[in-house]
Amino acid sequence: MHTVLARAITHALVGLEPRRVEVEAHVNNVGTPAFVIVGLPDRACAEARQRVKAGIRSAELEFPRGKVTVNLAPAGLRKEGSGYDLPIALAVLAASRQVPHDALDRHAAVGELALDGRVRRVGGVLAVAEGARRMGLERVLCPSDSAAEAALAGIEPVGFRHLADIVAYLRGELEPDPVVPPRAHDPPPEPDLADVRGQERARRALEIAAAGAHNLLLAGPPGTGKTMLARRLPGLLPPLGLEESLEVTRIHSVAGLLPPEQPLIDRPPFRAPHHSASTAAVIGGGAGIRPGEASLAHRGVLLLDELAEFARPTLEALRQPLEDGVVAIARAAGRAVFPARFLLVGTMNMCPCGARGDAELQCTCSTQRLNAYRDKLSHALLDRFDLVVAMPRPRAAELAGGPSEASAPVAARVSAARALPPARRSDDANEKLSRAVERLPLSGRGRARVARTARTIAALAGAGIVDGDHIAEALAYRAPRELFG
Amino acid sequence: MNELALAVFASETGSHLVAPPQNRRWTAHLRAFDAGAYETRLTERGFRFIGRPRLPPLLRAIHDPPVGLFVRGDAEPSLLERPAVAIVGARACSGYGASVARSLARELAAAGLLVVSGLARGIDAEAHRGALAAGAATIAVLGCGIDRDYPAAHAELARRIAADGLIVSEYAPGVEPAPWRFPARNRIVAGLCAATVVVEARERSGALITADLALEEGREVFAVPGEITASLSAGTNALLKLGATPLTGAADVLLSFGIEPADRAEGGGLLDLLPATADELVRRTGQSAAEIARTLVELELAGAVAAYDGVYRIQ
Repeated sequence: MHTVLARAITHALVGLEPRRVEVEAHVNNVGTPAFVIVGLPDRACAEARQRVKAGIRSAELEFPRGKVTVNLAPAGLRKEGSGYDLPIALAVLAASRQVPHDALDRHAAVGELALDGRVRRVGGVLAVAEGARRMGLERVLCPSDSAAEAALAGIEPVGFRHLADIVAYLRGELEPDPVVPPRAHDPPPEPDLADVRGQERARRALEIAAAGAHNLLLAGPPGTGKTMLARRLPGLLPPLGLEESLEVTRIHSVAGLLPPEQPLIDRPPFRAPHHSASTAAVIGGGAGIRPGEASLAHRGVLLLDELAEFARPTLEALRQPLEDGVVAIARAAGRAVFPARFLLVGTMNMCPCGARGDAELQCTCSTQRLNAYRDKLSHALLDRFDLVVAMPRPRAAELAGGPSEASAPVAARVSAARALPPARRSDDANEKLSRAVERLPLSGRGRARVARTARTIAALAGAGIVDGDHIAEALAYRAPRELFG
Repeated sequence: MNELALAVFASETGSHLVAPPQNRRWTAHLRAFDAGAYETRLTERGFRFIGRPRLPPLLRAIHDPPVGLFVRGDAEPSLLERPAVAIVGARACSGYGASVARSLARELAAAGLLVVSGLARGIDAEAHRGALAAGAATIAVLGCGIDRDYPAAHAELARRIAADGLIVSEYAPGVEPAPWRFPARNRIVAGLCAATVVVEARERSGALITADLALEEGREVFAVPGEITASLSAGTNALLKLGATPLTGAADVLLSFGIEPADRAEGGGLLDLLPATADELVRRTGQSAAEIARTLVELELAGAVAAYDGVYRIQ
């Protein structure tokens, strides 16, 4: 009997969830030579045939003659990407008795093969490694530059640069290299608030946004520093805890965005998709089920520059993550839930021509154009912004002021405020809120937003109780009626 | 002590008395009445009685002054002698009326006037709240015993009034509220004050009784003008037709008291710098963005300034 069966283990990702996939290889060396992969591979996965064949030969191993069938089980689950190359190659080698079966059984494997047999990095290694740990496997075979990422899952990674080394290791001829933690290099410094001149109100709003995770909308003519300020927000947020870091790293790993020199993302991410981005790019989904910008900004900041230029369906789709902190994607290919709890910063002009708010210019927008611009932003979306700041263009003299406060002291206040328990409102605060509802155009939701903001302002002041002064300041950041009708 | 006996007698018999009657029931009551013991019981409950001779001169000057007043609250009875203004009006008032009553009371109280009203729903309650918001004492005159929280929904408001101001009534504790007692109460409201402001009133409103009583005593009466089609303004507009002074702002009342209206002092000089953006104000005053934001919001709430496209202007 010339037929041999072998299997290797890897994991497919459904969203961020690893699902065990058994790569079965069947070699029948009497049949017509052929190499078939079945089990719902996508294009990149099906092309593994060429890479695996060339890779095995480049590693000076033998690609079995006869008919080779590879099945990716469960056959009903879509397999995406090139990470199956390595487990397919190992299963084929085990089926042709070039690698011991029992050694392979204790390992999960993930990685792409180059034609010369080198093993290349792929996205999602962290999630695959987590799946392997949950299945009780001992080690995960992976490209050496993914080893540090895999180690985050709490499983022992075995990282190699070449297929030949992996085979030698499985045969017991080679010890795996110890995982070298990537050189601790300093991340590029975050942009600092000291670079921003003037804009005291917006700076204060930025501090409040960071302290209370309030969504922030900056409205003003072009060139007043809206984007510049927004980019400084991540630097005010406290570093991520270990659990949060893993969560964020997993998402970035799946998206293939993890830099090899930085396996763990421990700073709040900052994402700023262009306004031409599709809904799938912002929310997630697409042909494969991938995390979108909203999820990549999880635990960090999502900046939508020129908010009103985004397609309306894209903005409306953001309401779910803003409400629930997750994105649920249902596609023919399956369902996935990605975390997406981000701090949203929007910027916009005060009118389509951009002249409003600039004392030097005359706005030329027609009423229809102005209304169309505002209608882009539904009230439902505007209701998600606790803080709205109008940023009229400062006069030249004001920009020549002294140096501004740097990010570090602001970040320290933010951390202190975040550590405080939420405070109650005093009678005075309630009275002021009621008065504001009577005297200002302030809806019920607006009232709730003001109350939330005031709580953060009290925390920044280190106060144990929210009083009337905190309410008063919070009211200054309500959505102005002239901007949103 | 005769007044206390008389006040209690009037309350028990349910009669409106300003002088001792000539009947046996009164003589019997007077003989049985233990003033000392009654007063001890009052004190135990935190109440006091002010006899007619010690009532403020303005109230003593009306043609049927009460025999005395029962008072609840920690303030000195001399509080009643401060220059006072009554703010009265409809119970079922409009949102506009409520906001006028409240801001008027706040501004008048802030300028040093004592705000007097009847603790009723609507305008009365807003007037008390406005005065409290200014951090000032206010006087509530009840048409029942001072131990009654009437209406019950205002129990908390009454507690706040009693903390700094006074709750007064000519009726002894225990007297139930009754519709016929309210006009009598109104004469005390009007009597305590040199001026009465009617904010909103229907054609036959209790507030108009207060205004009539004030006019009879030669006190100043202000009415807030309203839409001629609004039934809630029918009473105030009728008052204006009769010659009441139209009220268009707190300054009208202050001037009648000879008080120079403060020059929008709340803004702390910020108003002189307007129009300006919040950031310009930060730079020019040296105050923090948070402080400027607070002050500007207070000015917005007071209706003194408004923001448009990020620029603050005087209203």
